[in-house]
Order: sequence, then structure tokens, then C-alpha cells
Amino acid sequence: MAWFKRKEKGIQTKTEEKKDTPKGLWYKSPTGKIVEAEELAKNFYVSPEDDYHVRIGSNEYFSILFDDNKFKELDANLMSKDPLKFEDTKKYSDRLKQAQEKTGLKDAVRTAVGKSKGKKLVIACMDFAFIGGSMGSVVGEKIARAIDYSLKNKIPFMMISKSGGARMMEAALSLMQLAKTSAKLAQLAEAKIPYISLCTDPTTGGTTASYAMLGDINIAEPGALIGFAGPRVVKEATGKDLPDGFQTAEFVLEHGFLDFIIHRRDLKDRVNLYIDLVTNQPYRA
Amino acid sequence: MEYLDFELPIKELEEQLDKCKVIGSESDIDVTDTCKQIEKKLNDTKKEIYKNLTAWQRVQLSRHPSRPYTLDYIKALFGDTFLELHGDRNVKDDKAMIGGLGKIGDQSFMVIGTQKGYNTKTRQYRNFGMANPEGYRKALRLMKMAEKFGIPVISLIDTPGAYPGIEAEERGQGEAIARNILEMTRLKVPVVVMIIGEGASGGALGIGVGDKVMMLENTWYSVISPESCSSILWRSWEYKEQAAEALKLTAKDMKKLKLVDEIIKEPLGGAHSNREATYKAVEKAILKNYDELKKLSPEELVNSRMDKYAEMGVYKG
Repeated sequence: MAWFKRKEKGIQTKTEEKKDTPKGLWYKSPTGKIVEAEELAKNFYVSPEDDYHVRIGSNEYFSILFDDNKFKELDANLMSKDPLKFEDTKKYSDRLKQAQEKTGLKDAVRTAVGKSKGKKLVIACMDFAFIGGSMGSVVGEKIARAIDYSLKNKIPFMMISKSGGARMMEAALSLMQLAKTSAKLAQLAEAKIPYISLCTDPTTGGTTASYAMLGDINIAEPGALIGFAGPRVVKEATGKDLPDGFQTAEFVLEHGFLDFIIHRRDLKDRVNLYIDLVTNQPYRA
Repeated sequence: MEYLDFELPIKELEEQLDKCKVIGSESDIDVTDTCKQIEKKLNDTKKEIYKNLTAWQRVQLSRHPSRPYTLDYIKALFGDTFLELHGDRNVKDDKAMIGGLGKIGDQSFMVIGTQKGYNTKTRQYRNFGMANPEGYRKALRLMKMAEKFGIPVISLIDTPGAYPGIEAEERGQGEAIARNILEMTRLKVPVVVMIIGEGASGGALGIGVGDKVMMLENTWYSVISPESCSSILWRSWEYKEQAAEALKLTAKDMKKLKLVDEIIKEPLGGAHSNREATYKAVEKAILKNYDELKKLSPEELVNSRMDKYAEMGVYKG
């Protein structure tokens, strides 16, 4: 005899009464460590047992870097158009709509000004969740305008890159954003305003070939993938096995393209320490 | 002479014309009229084919094996005055990136450009026109030298992309290109850029920021090659024609989008069908633009260059 017997056949629970398991209560890191979502947030979105830096977006970075999570967002309403009427297996305009609905974001970068350890800082932070953090016209324009804000108000500029590269659906318009943002960074450099570039996982393609590598200091999060051509492309093109740790932040540091690697918990302190040192201002403990 | 698939009707007529001429010279039959007729038909066919080229056909033409390459232009423009300069002073001399000084008339120019090979051996030697970081750094060294001495810069671009190699990554391919782009936006001498073949993405832009950017008629310039675009977005190599259309990568499209300044017409049948005429057109365009740019002060030059790039992009809100 069975222990349990179903008296009525089929599923009787109405959809409205269905009990859902809340999503995102737990996080499992790639090494299999499990952490409670709340604890993860308290720990700067780093898995406490293995120090794995979870991919986060502009919301989280702003909360980590700006005092009391207070900031003024710049150009929040800038949105992509579809100037080329680009269509592959999907229309670009549909992709944009879907990405906006899914992420609640307008495009792949958010820019803001606020106080970090009591002093103003302009931050442009990319969101990988929005079409792979790809750089199109809006990303280029928002970064350019954020740099303009830095220039006008003489506030240090920080770029947080997290991107697969240029946005193919805007073709050469995307490509020219490399030149647009770099021209602005040249102006920032002439004005001697500090520029900190933080490379997070992943920073590849057009992002690496422009602002991500042009900081007064380039820094990165542990384990982040940083490179120009992605590992798959390099493997296909060369037919060679890739060396261990190829294109990780540690590899890029070793080859001389980063100033240091920074744990997320120390990010705010270290960035501001650099600013205090390089501008010869009193150290904010 | 090599023919592309869509050029086959031309090949047929050219063969007919050759035969006609042979008959004319080897026998007493008067074939003058017949030859003339074939010649006219050949010309009409060429016009018809080249008038309606698709984006993909232009990509094919830009890669035509008989097309003139950077060194061919250098030879035609500068002759014996060309002095090639080598090395990035760091790692090595990149054979995919050419650079040096030369004169057109009384004016010295610094010329840089990517170089492809014309047979298997030289293609390998030139790494198929794909530069490594040291190539971009060599180009930057030469541009800085030009700036120091007030010499205008000419950049000739024909590359399937920056080389995606292991050592290229180790030596900072991204950083090298980024640095070039930044420095070119503020270089205090006139920079005239010409896409003479393929203009693939960061590999092209890494020597492609200029006061005037021109494209030869049958070239392409975009963020990715149609093949790679097809493989990423369609997940198959089969959609390169659609990708070429979608990317709006032809000279005409690029001009319309205001991403390049000028289109240089090629002779009927493409740059390779009449090399001398192509060289003349390129030289004329370079000199015309240089004559305009030399009137500007270094500050005006840099400001208007930066303004030009600041305008690029389409968005709302």
C-alpha cells in the first residue's frame, strides 16, 4: 500500500493560489559556495567564502561608492534610436524594448554625480544586463557628457567598464564612440582632472580599445576578463591553446596594463586615496 | 587578371574582344565593326554591373587581389622621396604597419598605413594586414615625430582588423589602439585619412582619426566584418550578404551617416582596373584637403576635429 495516495487526479490548485518560491534568496558562486542574498549585499556582492566578485550593475556600484547611496543621475532619459533600421534574427528596435523591459534601464550606462567620502565624484557605470553592456551612441554620448560635467565642475571622473564591446546593431556609429569618448578624455587630461578606469568582468572589445585603458590609473576587480579580442576569437585565429589565466585581471596586471587589482570592499577607500594623493589634498581617512 | 563572380559577364566579353582583335590581325577579314560592337557592349555591361553593386559586392571588390595596396599608393605619390622608418622602439618592427616620410611637390608628409601582401609568402610576411600593438605604437611614434616638426599626416587604411593573437593581447592590443585614438584626436598637425580597402573596426580606427576621412568608392568601414557579424548575430557564416547590407558599411552609407567626409570615385571596374587614374584621384583629394587644413592654426585644427567626433552618434531624449 502506498503511503500517500492521490484521491483526485490532476493539479487542483488554482493559478492565483499557487505558492511561488521567491527568487534570488540565495546565490551560488562558480566554485559552488552558497550565500544568502542579504549577506551577499552586505559583503559588497562578494561571495565571502571564495571572494568571488558577483557581476553587479550601476545600482550596486553607486550604492558602494556614493555616500549613503545619494547621487544625482545625469542625462537619465537619453535613449537609443535605431538609425540603421538594423535587423538580424530580431529587429534592433525590439531588442531595445525587450532590454528596457527586462532590466528597467534605458541603456547600457548610467552616469551620476555624488559625494564619495565627502567629496564630489562623477561616475559612469556600465550595465552588462543591457544588451551585454554594449556601447552604442547613447553610451558614448552619456560618457562624453559626464566627462563634460567633470570638466566644467572640476570633479574627478571614474569609469566602471563592464561590456562586451561596441554594439553591432549601430555598426560604425558605435565604432565612432571610441573616438568621441577618447577625444573627451584627452580634454580631461589637458585640464589635469584625475580619471580612474575600473575594469570589471568583462571588459572587452571596443571598451578596452578606448576609455577602459586610458585612465590615469587603470584598476580592475579580481578575476575580471579583460582583453581586446575575446578568448574564443583568439583561439580560433591562432589555433593555439590559451595560456592559463589568459586575459584575467591578474594576467593583465602582470603584463603591465593595470596599476592594481582591488577587492570590492576596498574600492571606495582606494579610489579616494588615489585622488587625495595625486591631487596633493589631505588624506580622507 | 582575376575576376569576381559578378564580374564574369565582363570576363566573357573581354575574351571575345581579345579573340576579335586576334582575328583582325591574323587574317584579312575586316573585324573593326565587330570589335567596336563588342567594346561598346563591354563598356555598357561594366557600367550596368558597377552601377548596381550590392554592399557585399563592394566588400568583395575592396578585397580584390589585384587592388592597389598602401605601398603602391606610397610609391605613386612619393616616388623616390619616400623614406621608410621602422620600429616602435619597444618590441619590434611590425610588417603589417608601414610608415615613413615622403614629398608631394615641395611638401613633406608623414605617411602611415596598414599593408597587405600580394602572394602567399608576402601575405604571411605582412600578417594579412593585421597589425599588432607594436604596429600601432610605431604609427604613434611617427605621428608624434610629425607633430614635433609640423609635418602633416596621411593615413592609408586597408585592414581586416587588428590581429587577435595571444602576444597581441599580452602586449596590450586594446591599450595600443585606445592610446592612438586619443592621441590622434589632439595631434597638432593636419591628419588626412583614406580608406583604400577594408576598414575593419578598432584595427582601422587605431590609425583612422582625422580632420578629413575619405573612403574610396568600393571600400567598406564598420565595427565588424560582415562575416563575423553574421557568425555572432545569426550564429552562422551564411548570412554575410545580409550582414553587409545591415551594417551600412559602404562609402555611400558612411557619408550619409556623416561618419566620413568624402567619397573618392574609382575608375569604372574598380581601383585595380586603372591604377594610374586611382593614384591621381587619391593624390588630388589629399592635396585639396591639405590645402584647406593648412590654413587652420593647430588649436583650430584640434578643436574642429574634436567637435566633429563629438557630433557622431544618433540618440533621443
